[in-house]
Amino acid sequence: MILIVDMNSKENPFGFQEFVLPVLSIAEELEKCTVKHYLKVNQENLNSCDKIILSGSALKNTVTLNQTTQFKWLKNCGKPVLGICAGMQTIGQVFGGYIEQCCEIGMIEITTSKENILFSSTFKVYALHNYSLVPSTEFEVLAESANCLHAIKHKHKDVYGVLFHPEVRNKAVVKRFINAFQVDRRI
Amino acid sequence: MRFGVLFSGGKDSTLALHKAAEKEEVVCLISLVSENKESFMFHTPNIELTGLQAEALDLPLIRKVTEGKPEEELEDLEEAIARTVKDFKIDSIVTGAVDSVYQTTRVQQICNRLDLWCVNPLWKRNQKALLEEIIAKDFKAVISGVFAYPLDKSWLGKQIDENLIEKLVALSEMYGLNPSGEGGEIETTVLDAPLFKKKIEILDFEVEAQGNSGVFRIKQARLTEK
Repeated sequence: MILIVDMNSKENPFGFQEFVLPVLSIAEELEKCTVKHYLKVNQENLNSCDKIILSGSALKNTVTLNQTTQFKWLKNCGKPVLGICAGMQTIGQVFGGYIEQCCEIGMIEITTSKENILFSSTFKVYALHNYSLVPSTEFEVLAESANCLHAIKHKHKDVYGVLFHPEVRNKAVVKRFINAFQVDRRI
Repeated sequence: MRFGVLFSGGKDSTLALHKAAEKEEVVCLISLVSENKESFMFHTPNIELTGLQAEALDLPLIRKVTEGKPEEELEDLEEAIARTVKDFKIDSIVTGAVDSVYQTTRVQQICNRLDLWCVNPLWKRNQKALLEEIIAKDFKAVISGVFAYPLDKSWLGKQIDENLIEKLVALSEMYGLNPSGEGGEIETTVLDAPLFKKKIEILDFEVEAQGNSGVFRIKQARLTEK
């Protein structure tokens, strides 16, 4: 079971359609999913899932970025996590990093800087963000664009973040994350 | 939220308008009339009909003519949106973008510069499901342009119904067409929809077609009671 966390503030009534449903449609092809708004995630949700995906959100949504206390559970949930855009910015902040201005909108090129399970080489991605992340030393950088870093992984946990939106032109990134942490439920 | 809808009069922007109106206030429509028939950015067949469609919807229309030169047309769009912000106090732009990164990138950039929400209620939706939704919602939409093999003039003016969706889906499987025309393969014109207070009746039209490219141009139309 994948827990997909809706990172959209209530200011934008269409954030769910635009940023959660596209991720859900990719994930559902591979595994059962449940979606929870970030303000409603509880311990039961965290216990019953095998992995977690934090969605992105609209450019003008800055509410979530200032509510990192709502995500303290990320530190000790013990589950593989993939944060997308606002999801990555939140992960980074929860683990002691900070965000800084960096606007990228549209298709851009990013380059892999460290071998990882999600992608390799140089490739094009769809970016939609006003802020990049400066992560703490707990993270390693997996990919960068000409302007800012685009993917991170926690050095000791299966916690990943991508600043680009893989649901738009890089669906395989989401699928590789899911497939990398398949749980064998056979007895 | 106060929404201004980027409106071409086709099925996607009309469906986006309906979805926006379900949740928030739609204040006005914005149409760019491109003089460039090849514009990547703006839908062109029957764009002149947006005036009548706006009247049918009882919404003000902000209309701007653009020469349609790549990138320059974006300055015209930004100017039209900025004027709408000033005149109608909108805080959000709604688009009917489904999968076009080219279009959505440019509208997102404009909205970001003008500090507006950019709302795309149809983004990444399954294209067959979108076609089915416009039928379920009782839209009357006709094909007003075809621009890809193996489509030809026999498709022009046809109303989108279950039978036509089935054919488009079959062609998408055989030739890789986007069934909803998101790649510019087809353009549509909406003549009636739930929020239309009156419907549009076509009085005169012409078909211009050559091979796999053609338009169904509505030359004269009027509003009639529903």
